[in-house]
Amino acid sequence: MAIELGHFALILAFAIAAASAVSGLWAWNRSDRIGLVLRQGAVLQFLLVAAAFAALIQAFVTSDFSLAIAWQHSHSAQPLLFKITSVWGNHEGSMVLWVLILVAMGAAVAMFGGALPDELRTLVLSIQSLLAAAFTGFTLFTSNPFARLSPAPFEGQELNPILQDIGLAVHPPLLYAGYVGFSVCFSFAIAALISGRIDAAWARWVRPWTLVSWIFLTLGIAMGSYWAYYELGWGGWWFWDPVENASFMPWLAGTALLHSALVMEKRNALKIWTIFLAIITFSLSLLGTFMVRSGILTSVHTFAADPTRGLVILALLAALIGGAFALFAFRASALRQGGLFAPISREGSLILNNLFLAAATAAVLTGTLYPLILDALTGRTISVGEPFFALTFGSIMAPLLVVLPFGPFLAWKRGDLIAVTQRLAGAAGAAVFVTILVFALSGASISLAPLGLLLGFWVGFGAIAELIDRAGFGRMAIGLSMRRLIGLPRSAFSTALAHFGLGVTVIGIVTATAWQLELVTTMQPGTSKPLGIYSITFEGIDERAGENFAAETGRFVVTAPDGSTRRFAPERRVYPASGMPTTEAWIETYGFSQLYLQLGEDAVDGSHVVRAWYKPYVTLIWLGPLLMAAAGMLSLSDRRLRVGAPRPAAAKAAPAQ
Amino acid sequence: MRTLLALLLALLLAEPALAVNPDEVLADPVLEARARDISAELRCLVCQNESIDESNADLAREIRLIVRERLLAGDSDTQVIQYLVDRYGEYVLLKPVFAPHTLILWTAAPIVLLIGVGAIVLAARRKRATAAPEAAELTADEQRALDELDSGKA
Repeated sequence: MAIELGHFALILAFAIAAASAVSGLWAWNRSDRIGLVLRQGAVLQFLLVAAAFAALIQAFVTSDFSLAIAWQHSHSAQPLLFKITSVWGNHEGSMVLWVLILVAMGAAVAMFGGALPDELRTLVLSIQSLLAAAFTGFTLFTSNPFARLSPAPFEGQELNPILQDIGLAVHPPLLYAGYVGFSVCFSFAIAALISGRIDAAWARWVRPWTLVSWIFLTLGIAMGSYWAYYELGWGGWWFWDPVENASFMPWLAGTALLHSALVMEKRNALKIWTIFLAIITFSLSLLGTFMVRSGILTSVHTFAADPTRGLVILALLAALIGGAFALFAFRASALRQGGLFAPISREGSLILNNLFLAAATAAVLTGTLYPLILDALTGRTISVGEPFFALTFGSIMAPLLVVLPFGPFLAWKRGDLIAVTQRLAGAAGAAVFVTILVFALSGASISLAPLGLLLGFWVGFGAIAELIDRAGFGRMAIGLSMRRLIGLPRSAFSTALAHFGLGVTVIGIVTATAWQLELVTTMQPGTSKPLGIYSITFEGIDERAGENFAAETGRFVVTAPDGSTRRFAPERRVYPASGMPTTEAWIETYGFSQLYLQLGEDAVDGSHVVRAWYKPYVTLIWLGPLLMAAAGMLSLSDRRLRVGAPRPAAAKAAPAQ
Repeated sequence: MRTLLALLLALLLAEPALAVNPDEVLADPVLEARARDISAELRCLVCQNESIDESNADLAREIRLIVRERLLAGDSDTQVIQYLVDRYGEYVLLKPVFAPHTLILWTAAPIVLLIGVGAIVLAARRKRATAAPEAAELTADEQRALDELDSGKA
């Protein structure tokens, strides 16, 4: 019964979304009351889809295997958390989650967008409703999550054991929130194109949405990367897998959007470009969510794809993205450009940022799609993998990192490059010094590593230098500059923190790649082997039964150079329901570095294959994105975004009759 | 229960090995390092976007062994890679060759960069052209106002 109610709620949400989209787009400048209708419609869509989602969760939690997707992707012996996450561990259920976040964004615009100009809000909600109608429709007609089985099976098949992890509880919702959040920017962009009106206030409204989506996407990608790192068993953290690329492209474009919206808000320039980026970013998000579902890409993330569904997806994407770009081509000239600036200026540096980020996005996009297109056109199959991306993406990002610290130092309108260089000399010197020091101490061989490390320190120190400079340390009394530092706007701190985080990530990538130590060996119980400065002792194997799996657990003791010991318990598991084996590596963190131990198969003589890695400063890779996300939140709390556009306070004072 | 568990584990864990195995590793560390570097450039043909260095598929193991065999036979890195391309086709390369059919792939990003630079230069020029007349002359009123300010009322 609950399932049918959920189904009905989703159908109703589809109808309301379709009605809102049509009436809103037709009547946005014809009627005063349409705004209220759309706002209520947006909230209703949210409530209905939430009800549909709740019905699914209820069916999974109670192991109601008459629901087809619960039977396919869940099992009564799964722990409660994994029963719940199974809801979106499949195509149909994840579509409902996607749509739920989409309508939640729409409802948020409806509820908190009170100060928006009426026509703009109505248009934005119309576009949001259009998107909601398109994707609830897609869910209902091609991927119905509410299909029932009769007679109901007694027991379910199982969720893929690799997905039975806390990661599935966190990673997809974060990622979806990021993807879908950009839909609001997209709707604002389309609304601006339709109405032909766009100004700094528009940018001020779009920026928080961009920031929120970007924060979610940053966290989602970092979380996914860490999940892959500990789950897939050999310590890789980025694979340039098509689906990873698909999430990375909106991030790159979104980062560009974040910066160009800044120019628009402050200087009323780059309007057309900002609109273009908003459309591109959401288009890439759609591509990210659905390219994998269409079956043209295969990857570990692909849920069972069928051809009709794929065609519908491609048609839907073509219509939405193509429509948006057609509108852009048609209407962009109607937007007036403003705000003059010299090439060497804050604006100029942000344009440079956008240029490199756009080129990096292009590199990832062609690398991901080119093999498919070549195969389709000529039948030739080529592979594009990590070595290609490392080369192309790396050579585009390197110059960006070189020029990055200059940006925040330059003044708006017209900057002085020589003066900025002088002020950055300290940071440059510190970066060179620390890099040389690290290399002298580690005695590494000649490679690209020192350059990478230098870039990381340069970006990191450059970010700190900006704060020091703005506070005036060295130019005035310490107490005074301390007070100035505290008095700096939060946006200054958020810029510095985000750039510092990027530097931290770069350093982590370089150190963990260049100085990783690896041990691949067989060990008899009771023996020890060294890995760098650590000593690994293999004591033996235990067997244990988990809730829905059986495991072999290795007992290891690792002795650090200071004599302290830690126990490691890597596992090899089998999940009897699906017959699938997994390996569960054991990771211990020493400072910023990690020791990664994996238990391999056993030999006849009782010895075991053991793989161990020492990954120096590897945690910096994910610490960086955390800092960036924190910087985003700091920026969100900045006064000018809190206050937002001026509210029409006078309206409230109208006499009540 | 314990025996059942042990039986289950024994049955189901008879799985292919994960990535490089100890028995594959070459005695000569220099050759082994070269083998690892080559492996990272080669695709595991039956996997999804994994190099043979990372993959636990049987085919990946087979290719890893071929790589080491060829290295022991005295092949250079390029010869090893060419040997595998001859046998498995260019699909095995994770970094495609630079050739007419991959021209767009390799040049797309630089072209975007160049177009961007061109567009920026063009826009800057056009802007300067339109901006110049505005800045050229002050009207008589403006000049008078400016003179008043200059004459020391501030």
